Amino acid sequence: MSVSTWAWLVLLFPLLGSLTIALGFRALPAKAAGAIGTLSIALAFACAVGALLSLLGEDPEARHHASSLWQYASAGGLDIELGIYVDPLSVFMALIVTGVSTLIHLYSYGYMQSDAGYRRFFSYLNFFVFSMLLLVLAGNFVLLIVGWAFVGFASYALISFWYRRTTATRAGMKAFVINVVGDIGLVLAAFLIFRELGSFDYGPVFERAPEAFTTNEGTIVAICLLLLVGAFAKSAQLPLHTWLPDAMEGPTPVSSLIHAATMVTAGVYLIARTHTLFELAPTAADIAAFTGLATLLVAGTMALVMTDLKRAIAYSTMSQIGYMVMGVSIGAYSAGLFHLMTHAFFKALLFMAAGSIIAAMANDQNIDRMSGFGRAMRFTSVAFLCGALALAAFPSTSGFFSKDEILAFAEARGGMYLIFTVLGYVGALITAVYAFRLVFRVLPGKPCAEAQELIESGHVAHGEPHNPATGEAEDTDVGFPGSEHHIADQNWPMKAAMSVLAFLALFGGLVQVPGVDHYITSFLDPVFHDSPLAHIHPTAGAEWRGLGIGGLISLSGIGLAYYLYRVRPELPGVLQRRLRPLYTLFVNKWYFDEAIDLLVVRPALAVGRFANRVFERVVVDGLVSGTAETVRGAGGVVRAVQNGFVRSYALLLLVGVAALTLYFLLSSS
Amino acid sequence: MNVEWYIVLSALLFCTGAVGILIRRSPMVILLCLELMLNAGNLALVAFSRMVGNQEGQVFAIVVMVVAACEVVVGLGLLVALFRRKLPLNVDELRELRG
Amino acid sequence: MEAVLFFLAALGAIGGAIGVIAMRNPFFSVLALIVHLFSLAVLFLLLTAAFVAAAQVVVYAGAVMVLYVFVVAYVGGGESAWEPIPGQRFLAPLVGIALFVELSIAVLSSGLRALGTEGAEKIEPGFGDPAAIGTLLLEKFLLPFEASSILLLLAAVGAIVLAGRKREEAA
Repeated sequence: MSVSTWAWLVLLFPLLGSLTIALGFRALPAKAAGAIGTLSIALAFACAVGALLSLLGEDPEARHHASSLWQYASAGGLDIELGIYVDPLSVFMALIVTGVSTLIHLYSYGYMQSDAGYRRFFSYLNFFVFSMLLLVLAGNFVLLIVGWAFVGFASYALISFWYRRTTATRAGMKAFVINVVGDIGLVLAAFLIFRELGSFDYGPVFERAPEAFTTNEGTIVAICLLLLVGAFAKSAQLPLHTWLPDAMEGPTPVSSLIHAATMVTAGVYLIARTHTLFELAPTAADIAAFTGLATLLVAGTMALVMTDLKRAIAYSTMSQIGYMVMGVSIGAYSAGLFHLMTHAFFKALLFMAAGSIIAAMANDQNIDRMSGFGRAMRFTSVAFLCGALALAAFPSTSGFFSKDEILAFAEARGGMYLIFTVLGYVGALITAVYAFRLVFRVLPGKPCAEAQELIESGHVAHGEPHNPATGEAEDTDVGFPGSEHHIADQNWPMKAAMSVLAFLALFGGLVQVPGVDHYITSFLDPVFHDSPLAHIHPTAGAEWRGLGIGGLISLSGIGLAYYLYRVRPELPGVLQRRLRPLYTLFVNKWYFDEAIDLLVVRPALAVGRFANRVFERVVVDGLVSGTAETVRGAGGVVRAVQNGFVRSYALLLLVGVAALTLYFLLSSS
Repeated sequence: MNVEWYIVLSALLFCTGAVGILIRRSPMVILLCLELMLNAGNLALVAFSRMVGNQEGQVFAIVVMVVAACEVVVGLGLLVALFRRKLPLNVDELRELRG
Repeated sequence: MEAVLFFLAALGAIGGAIGVIAMRNPFFSVLALIVHLFSLAVLFLLLTAAFVAAAQVVVYAGAVMVLYVFVVAYVGGGESAWEPIPGQRFLAPLVGIALFVELSIAVLSSGLRALGTEGAEKIEPGFGDPAAIGTLLLEKFLLPFEASSILLLLAAVGAIVLAGRKREEAA
């Protein structure tokens, strides 16, 4: 089979799965829905592997295929094909998406089994995978936007999955609104591209762009900045990030799949996909790189102080995406995408382990109450530790190689870009500290009540779940993982999924070791080899030096965390008091929500209120009453015409048509 | 034959249908007159398609036929519903819309 | 030969159309419309639109008209000569004629160059035959094609809802 046939099949299976579950939910037993959902994604993964193999069988120069099923729309020189574009980049993304999704579906099969909305969940989840694949495989900007909007919807539906929970529905709306802001940016960018280049298809656009634009010309910078609005909203970069922590209201597998491994990295994919445009607009690329840097530092500091387990990991996600955005914006494309891959592994794993711990805590997410899970849940804590090691870039884990490759590239590019290396290492230190803060607070120590119960009786604690945000009792009827909780240690699908990811998190980085092998770079090379930045390669020596520094920083971060949270556990409290202003800033998430409220929401409300009070009362009401009187007068006249005879209306219509035709005849002659 | 003949014929048929709608009162016949107008449109579409040498106009004509078929089905359904409710089959007597 | 056929068919079409609006009995109106539709089919054939002509005869003159005949037989027809709207009888033909004249002027004086010819010089063999139209429908116009099939389904459901007996009535 050809590459594009495989790619179409990759798209087909999740769609079929979603439709089957959605339409047959009454007839399907719950387990069957889960099995169908998991199986369809597994098949999609198999087809993605098929696409990879047949792509590898081709000449590197010929590894791009555009294929279209039929014309989506055609009017006045605008031809939009329902087409896909298959090249190493899209296959790489499709592999990550389907691979991680398969494991997360498997995990959900066990984790969600007592949820009342089990079938609905799998239908949504399959739909999400379909949308995400549409996004990465789309062959033109229109389909890209379709996929982009679809994942936005899937994200909304899954965040608000427990729809009786007001905080969840609010978080869903927030995510949706911010994402729509991004969609608008993307749509405007597509309009501009079409106006300037006359096509929506990737092939022609990237071919014509270098001739149509001079470097840093206003239009291309505008296009790239608009693309960035879309990318930042989807990838939770400053200042459009506030939806991501709130999105943790959704079920944990959703946080793992959508809000860590796949959807939020769409912005990174977008920048990599349109790298031809960004190379023509270095200003925009630099803005993106600095935003990524700022996000990675700011989000890291917030992750240091969060007491909610899932939210802390969410801020870590933002911070890691900051690395990726920085990487693809400074030209380290394969390094950024490599980090995207390893991050998908270890962050999905971290969320899965966190989900298991939260289930054992009867859905309490507060880390202040957790301790001693190292003894209570051996498997989960080993998995959590693996994820944290990779996140902290412990030497030889996957995160170690991928993060340092980005920083080494920035160093090799030199000049201003050295800032990224230096501050990137600062970020790495923060990362190691917050990753192991979670580990040291949750795993060792005297078991808390729930952990004790688990150790003694082997039963998962059963509490009346309360919403941590509002204190309301949860409605277990439409979910909130149901009345029972499932932990990885007692559930084979969860265990299987986490084992695979733990292996990948530890050893996934070995595909790209400086000076030894470079599978990712050489596989992605056909996509990026014509880039003007392609000649920049850090030497193996420089990379190993970078790895050395990175390893040291990681170890010292872990050491610092050990000192702070194990040796002198009273010290963080002291620091909190000493550095109160800073701590308040971090705990309040740098006041981003408040700033947006102040700068956007309140002015909008004020304008509305002003309009209501002054404009509405005086101008509109005056006009309306005046108009009403006029209309009443005129109505009396026109009423005579409204005699109820349909045929006389038809006659009037025809007279009108005749008069119009006459007018056009006269005016054209 | 020149294409203009067909177009003028189509205009003539269209106007005939329009006049029919204006002077007849039976909803049945009004539906028939609508068919006349739609077919006049079809004739023009096919004639233009021949003129340009492009078959897409004929596809348009087929789509118009489909729409006409839908209109007939719904229209006749309304007619039967009127008959069932013992309402007069005369558009002039159905004038609740009077202002 | 072509000219003769055209004028015959045109006469048939105009005659049928006038028959539709002039017949007092709706049944005869339907019959006149069938004549009109057959004449149009001939015109379509003259314009090398074989498939449209066939569809016209089979779908329209065949199926749709049978529906009309059934409904006429069911509801009966005939209408009184009473004209409640003053001036309608007089104004309607006048406006109709005015519109026709305007349209003719518009068409004949328009800048369409090919209007005065017999159409495009070169048309490929098989222009307008079922194979060509089918290919167009299933490739370029697949989406509109599917949409129109859904429209037909909706219309059928709508007609059943409108004309079907209510359950209480049946009971």
